[in-house]
Amino acid sequence: MPVHTITFEPDDRYNAFLTVCKKPVHTEGKLAGVAVAVKDNISTMGIETTCASKILKGYVPPYDAHVVGLLKQAGAAIAGKTNMDEFGMGTTTENSAYGPTLNPCDTGRVPGGSSGGSAAAVASGMVRMALGTDTGGSIRCPAAFCGIVGLKPSYGRVSRYGLIAYANSLEQIGPMGKTVSDVSTLMNVIAGYDRHDTTSRNKPYTHTPVADIKGLKIGIPQEYFGQGVDAQVAAVVKKAIGRLEELGATTVPCSIPSMEYALAAYYVTCTCEASSNLARFDGVRYGPAADTKKSWHDAYQEVRSAAFGTEVRRRIMLGTFALSSGYYGKYYAKAQVARENIKADFNRIFADVDVIAGPTMPTIAFKLKEKSDPLSMYLADILTVPANLAGIPAISVPCGKAEGMPVGLQIMGRMFEDERVVDVAYAYEQAVI
Amino acid sequence: MADAEDQVIVGLEVHCQLDTKSKLFCGCDTDYRSDGPNTHVCPICLGLPGAMPSLNKKAIQYAMKVAKALNCEVLEESEFSRKNYFYPDLDKAYQITQYDKPLAEGGYLEIESDEGGERKIRLTRIHVEEDPGRLVHMGNVERGKYSLVDYNRAGIPLIEIVSEPDMRSPKEARKFLNKLRATLEYLSVFDSEKEGSLRVDANISIKGHERVEVKNITSYKGVEKALLFEVTRQKNLIRRGQRIERETRHYLEARGVTQSARSKEMENDYRYFPEPDLRPLRVKSWVDGIVLPELPDARRERFIAQYGCSLNHARTLTGELKLANFFEKVVAADPKNLSTLASTWIADTLIGELNYRDMNLDKVNIEGFTDLINLLKDDTITDKSGVEILRETLDRIKNNLPYETPLEIMNRLNIRKIVHLSGCGNTVSSASGNLTVGPNPILQAISEVLIEQPKAIEDYNEGKKGAFNFLIGQVMKKTRGCADPADLNRMLTEALKKREA
Repeated sequence: MPVHTITFEPDDRYNAFLTVCKKPVHTEGKLAGVAVAVKDNISTMGIETTCASKILKGYVPPYDAHVVGLLKQAGAAIAGKTNMDEFGMGTTTENSAYGPTLNPCDTGRVPGGSSGGSAAAVASGMVRMALGTDTGGSIRCPAAFCGIVGLKPSYGRVSRYGLIAYANSLEQIGPMGKTVSDVSTLMNVIAGYDRHDTTSRNKPYTHTPVADIKGLKIGIPQEYFGQGVDAQVAAVVKKAIGRLEELGATTVPCSIPSMEYALAAYYVTCTCEASSNLARFDGVRYGPAADTKKSWHDAYQEVRSAAFGTEVRRRIMLGTFALSSGYYGKYYAKAQVARENIKADFNRIFADVDVIAGPTMPTIAFKLKEKSDPLSMYLADILTVPANLAGIPAISVPCGKAEGMPVGLQIMGRMFEDERVVDVAYAYEQAVI
Repeated sequence: MADAEDQVIVGLEVHCQLDTKSKLFCGCDTDYRSDGPNTHVCPICLGLPGAMPSLNKKAIQYAMKVAKALNCEVLEESEFSRKNYFYPDLDKAYQITQYDKPLAEGGYLEIESDEGGERKIRLTRIHVEEDPGRLVHMGNVERGKYSLVDYNRAGIPLIEIVSEPDMRSPKEARKFLNKLRATLEYLSVFDSEKEGSLRVDANISIKGHERVEVKNITSYKGVEKALLFEVTRQKNLIRRGQRIERETRHYLEARGVTQSARSKEMENDYRYFPEPDLRPLRVKSWVDGIVLPELPDARRERFIAQYGCSLNHARTLTGELKLANFFEKVVAADPKNLSTLASTWIADTLIGELNYRDMNLDKVNIEGFTDLINLLKDDTITDKSGVEILRETLDRIKNNLPYETPLEIMNRLNIRKIVHLSGCGNTVSSASGNLTVGPNPILQAISEVLIEQPKAIEDYNEGKKGAFNFLIGQVMKKTRGCADPADLNRMLTEALKKREA
């Protein structure tokens, strides 16, 4: 197959990229010559992959993540690696060891996170599409904050092989783009079974968005318009849902009572898994060389204390505690029960409705450094984590502005009905163009 | 059976490498021992960021074979968990193992108890896990300048077989291990000859006292030695009125002692949780499809019935797959006439000679050994010459000398059995028709001895019993063991009688 080269020299005013590939090669295919940015927690053979952490500085993977291989096969040019919250732990991309990414819509604000670099790269037009990853909203939040489209696929629809794990049972790689069509096109490339990821399912995505939503039943959960949700954001989203009704959909009020436990279940699960996933970064094989005058145990401690950022250390500590002898039953096991309850709630609602709609984020993009205490940052994830806990697909599509900043409409669907949430987002997008 | 006051109680946790072609969670080749460090590795077994495990079905099938052979119950659903701890040989900083949902539970293994007869040792569980890498210390562990890590071993499939505390002596523990090894080898899932393919942790206590865990035992002999050391240590403590601490101790193979593990190592909290990258295992339905081969107990009974082996010989021969196969090949041509000889010669003589030389049965030429047994059967050589030929054969192998058949060795050493034909003063060789006629060397040796040993003859005439045996020994020496002891006995008695007369 002929190999071509493109030139990619973006003016990265937003610190969206950690690595720029100036002369990426590509072959023929569906995405021939399309510059695609890849979040820095997705392994790229021969391209430094740091997860925006000092501990992985200089790590060049000897292999491609499954999705990167698929991108290359489809002819895409890997344009670079995008900034993120360190290991995906954050909602602003401020937790990067390499400085925050700025929101192209307002550089005084964050782009959201943790896939903030990918969102900013797309929103600013540096690339047409990008890969993000979504553990508790990390694709949808920055998509909403930057005014682009982002899909968190159903769990298992896209191989995670090569994604540097933060919280394995929650996260998915997903497409981000300016339009629903681009997101759908990228999803066509990356979805499908991979024998290297035994949690992946044989559910390829071969879909072209259809704008017809006549007769669609949309559930509107009261919790998505309740306490903590900004009134202006709620108003914009309600208007957008009204637009869907004009297109022939009907709405049904509903409730997700288990959402009360969603954030707790989410943070227990992700910190526990993270504490184990990140234990391998000990300074022996990656990161700054250990001080070999010390015994290995002390050397590990020194390296890990110095090279992980504050938020990462906080989550490792939380997860280590929650998994400790005598606490497993109180925390991790209970969080899994809460997940089952959330799944049950979604199943009950989806017996009556086709999709669930609400805001992606409770507010517009925060100002830089606005969220200084971790708890208020965690609260911002309340509307996105339920989809991760249940494994269901969810998309964020721009639906207007509040205070001059983009607002995202979130559509959640039944397990493996990614096509449907794409169609709903597409119908909305086509109606407002 | 009620346990005595100071009864020793032993339970074992045995880790065995399953002899699969590829590793447990990746496609890397498991045959790493003759290759350089870190040559059998990939992103998965190196634990590179982003790599994920995918389960080797074969390893699960092997483990289930073992479960079925050991009468275990395979669980409807089992699960892999992460055992989290930091150690430089553990590349992911967690080991993927099974925790609260193992592959199989229950079961038993029968061993020969110290009192004789068979005894069931109950099993608690069998689970599957990955082997960690290996550290190579430059110099001493404590004072060496640095250590190197080799991940070739990382990801080799292991099964851990946990027994109930049903063994009552270090010797029984050894027997349990030997029986387990034999069973695994019969199942073709394990190669005991691969270095480090078996590792044992033992729990040992004296009735009524705390138990001690001894880790790091890596040989079959080591288990018995380590436990014997512990029995002595613990009984001494009790005798002195001291308390036995519940603790973990390491076995130091080179010194044959156990040593208390540092407390830091005991504080490990493994923070187990289900491995989110692997789905639960539902394989119980495979059990019915597993066809087990003949196992050691069945083969032992068959050897007794088919070949007329004694219980002890049958036990020894079937206790190792290779030995059992060797025996059956040796007797194959003529089981009726060879079985008794072969079972004695293999179980009693050959094993001893091999052990003495630290040699492996693989080195022994089956045809050659069969020829030797035939020479013995045909009375061409005496038992003593048989041993001599066997030793010569093994020594030649050990010293890389060209192969010689037993017959060639016999001729070279000139140790064909001397046959006495009564009424004839001459010697005729038996078998092979190779007649040599001359003065009877036995009679010649006797007459020489009678001349050389007047004192012994005097003693004999005075009725001293030892004198006769002494004279026999002298004649034996002169005939270099080639005389049949019965012939010799008779001829010497006759010669002495003639002298008196």
